[in-house]
Amino acid sequence: MMDTTYLFGRLTLDAFKHDMIETAVGVSALLIGIAITALLTYYKKWRWLWYDWLTSVDHKKIGVMYLIVATIMLFKGVVEALMMRAQQVLSVGDSYGYLSSPHFQQIFTAHGTNMIFFVAMGLTFALINFLVPLQIGARDVAFPFLNSLSFWLFAAGAALLVISMNIGVFSSAGWVAYPPLSGIEYSPGVGVDYWIWSVQISGAGTLLSGVNFLVTILNMRCPGMTLMKMPLFIWSVLIVLVLIIFAFPILTATAGMLSLDRFFGTHFFTPDAGGSPMMYINLIWAWGHPEVYILIMPAFGIFSEIVPVFSEKRIFGYVSMVWAMGSIAFFSFLVWLHHFFTMGAGANVNAFFAFMTMIIAVPTGVKIFNWLFTMLRGKIHFTSPMLWFMGFVVIFTIGGMDGVLMAVAPVDFQVHNSLFLIAHFHSVIIGGVVFGLFSGFTYWWPKIFGFKLNEKLGEYAAFCWIFGFLLAFIPLYILGLMGATRRLDHYELSTGWRPLFIVALAGGLVIAIGIFFQLLQILVSFRDRKKNADRTGDPWNGRTLEWSTSSPPPFYNFAVIPEVQDRDAFWTMKHGSHGEGKPRYEQIHMPKSTAIGVYIGAFSFLFGFAAIWQILWLAIVGFIGIMASLIVRLSDRSTSTYVAIEEIEKIEEERGRA
Amino acid sequence: MSTKTKFIILLLIFCSVAAAAFIFLSVTDIAVLNPKGMIGEKQRDLLWLATVLMLIVVIPVFLLVFGIGWKYRAENAKAKHTPDWDHSLLAECVWWGVPCAIIVVLGWFTWKGCHELDPFRPIAAKKEMKIQAVALQWKWLFIYPEQEIATVNYVQFPQETSIHFEITSDAPMNSFWIPELGGQIYAMSGMRSELYLIANGIGKYRGSSANISGKGFASMYFTAESTSHEDFEEWVQSVKRSPKTLGLNEYKRLVEPSEYHPAAFYVLGKEGLFDWIIMKYMLPMP
Repeated sequence: MMDTTYLFGRLTLDAFKHDMIETAVGVSALLIGIAITALLTYYKKWRWLWYDWLTSVDHKKIGVMYLIVATIMLFKGVVEALMMRAQQVLSVGDSYGYLSSPHFQQIFTAHGTNMIFFVAMGLTFALINFLVPLQIGARDVAFPFLNSLSFWLFAAGAALLVISMNIGVFSSAGWVAYPPLSGIEYSPGVGVDYWIWSVQISGAGTLLSGVNFLVTILNMRCPGMTLMKMPLFIWSVLIVLVLIIFAFPILTATAGMLSLDRFFGTHFFTPDAGGSPMMYINLIWAWGHPEVYILIMPAFGIFSEIVPVFSEKRIFGYVSMVWAMGSIAFFSFLVWLHHFFTMGAGANVNAFFAFMTMIIAVPTGVKIFNWLFTMLRGKIHFTSPMLWFMGFVVIFTIGGMDGVLMAVAPVDFQVHNSLFLIAHFHSVIIGGVVFGLFSGFTYWWPKIFGFKLNEKLGEYAAFCWIFGFLLAFIPLYILGLMGATRRLDHYELSTGWRPLFIVALAGGLVIAIGIFFQLLQILVSFRDRKKNADRTGDPWNGRTLEWSTSSPPPFYNFAVIPEVQDRDAFWTMKHGSHGEGKPRYEQIHMPKSTAIGVYIGAFSFLFGFAAIWQILWLAIVGFIGIMASLIVRLSDRSTSTYVAIEEIEKIEEERGRA
Repeated sequence: MSTKTKFIILLLIFCSVAAAAFIFLSVTDIAVLNPKGMIGEKQRDLLWLATVLMLIVVIPVFLLVFGIGWKYRAENAKAKHTPDWDHSLLAECVWWGVPCAIIVVLGWFTWKGCHELDPFRPIAAKKEMKIQAVALQWKWLFIYPEQEIATVNYVQFPQETSIHFEITSDAPMNSFWIPELGGQIYAMSGMRSELYLIANGIGKYRGSSANISGKGFASMYFTAESTSHEDFEEWVQSVKRSPKTLGLNEYKRLVEPSEYHPAAFYVLGKEGLFDWIIMKYMLPMP
């Protein structure tokens, strides 16, 4: 154990000493922070930021905040990825590259943690937040304050991950932190504690979101929207929420036991004194496998919205799609052992989990065929959301195919933990989740921000990503088959791996060009926002309820709660009878903004920081702060307000004029 | 950009990458695809079988996505448009049924493969030999209990002999993998994993750890060499003349973390060293 002081725990000045790269990143982050502060002060925007955004409980604004945090984390993750590939190109034979082994290992651990928990989950929750109430014809989520709290816990977790770059170190034990490597004996520093608390705090937020949106979808659908009339995106989210509610407590418990092992010297997961690391590995994947379906399922939902709209045709096999997602969710809890066929569980156990894993391929394949048949006899417009879809079908199918390969346990013995595995899960996560989210954000951008994105730059970005992805990851499949294991910061020249790593790095750079086009796309589209403005609220000839309100929607979403007759609710409305005359407005009951979510997020951050550095007094401050904020919130009787009819009429009239 | 241009770009991307990958695979000696041992060969055969079975579904998907996309592009006025067509029982039966059938076939082969290629299952070979492997920070220790020698980061064995590896760890978890001979298994403290491998001929193969085990993980590779029986016997005799003896004291020195440890050769000085390493973790803490 390290020495601790009363005031600073394990924190000493040494914790701030870092190499050039990290210091440069830290300093530039600090400078950007100062610049933003200065701009906000100069333009007197602090009140606007605090009251309109940070303390808002409006699901649309929370969605945008998720989008911003996740985008920042995406840049961090991509830079980490490029740094790793650069190291692997340089560190061959007698040369040892520009990163030390511990630094390299921190980078891949941070990359995995960051990309899963803060980028993929963050972008997914951005869309879930923005769309769920709009698609089910509701005005907000079931528990708006809880939603704000979820976001701030997510942000606190992300902040812990980010500061680990400059205060102390991050974990170097891999993103799932297997003991005994992640135990106190082999990882005595603060790194694994950063991982634990970053994951614990954001995980708590995810679980709260899970409950919140589940209740929202089950209780707050507009009249007429029965379960089987919900848009497929809502179905995908509903299933994801059930998975979150079952899976995330396992993560919390597992990481909790790991911190007990580390801090109090218990022996849940140590190899001696009766503990078992194998138990940890089982538990982490009992969460981890459903987690990958938590990530991919919303992408399925997104494509199920986009393909019909851009094919001008109803979704093919709606019922089949729902059952497919349901069965994927069910089987996702029966396959965790395929992450460690090589642990030696025995032939029958391996065969059972192998077969369960293969079964999942069936409903997944069914979904692809249903999308293809949605296109059949449609009128397909190949705008950038559809380009992402084309890339998705090819890359995700490749990823799915070698997923089944790895499900065959004896084959897995030969590719497990190799770069083949890395290529596999990047195929399904980038090709599936990320392409799905990009497609979705392009499609819903006008609804979120009120203007369309520049189409040409979007197409360039899609081509760069697709080509870059293949260049970056096809070599990894081959490297895996050549015996290259994951997480290597150095190898011998005689392996013959170097040319493939060079191609992979080139692929990473092509992806970086794609990201550059995406940034340019946002900037150019913002510049042309007047020209590209979406004044109709329905720029794509949409089919679902979110397109029936203006872009961006008023804070109460719908002046009159819609009534739904059919699956493609808005489509039916557009093609049905009009002329109900002037709508009759009623008072709208809306939640009030509250800063409690921000406070609890901040105190959780302090608590996590204190737990990592073992600063007792700060942990007490954090804990009391969280509890006090909760008590203040629970004793607040006036958490909602009514919007008067006159105000609604005024807003609606302005919308009508636009 | 016209739809035609988009299709050409997409097809160019996919076809050129696929062609490049194919060419590379066919001109390069890929360890897993071109193994030098019977276990690896069987795993490779299973890999190809599974790939071919899945191509039954995957190839139609690739053809359909571009075929349908091109035919029903909005610009094509001649194509049929049925905006409300959303169900076909026959189609549903085909795409639920065919993959299910494929999975059943593949599942049967997998069941067979899981038993036949179970790492703990001995290989039916005329000769058998035991080697014990211990993952240390960050090197591999090989103990030959029958020959009473030990080596570090180098393992030699006779060809066409079933090698019975017993594997454990006195370090964080590792995974023992010699891709050219066959699949891997975890090395865990306090546990005895077993792995049977066989080399068809003589040769040198790269082995490594496949599971992150700390700072020096990248240096945890070793050379595995299969030789003729005569050469092996000669080699054993030469190791036996080594001045270094691996007793408990020397072992405690070896356990200390080190990176890029050169190959080392010992006379085994403690009987049952491997079991002693496992049992360390079974005892209550002092």
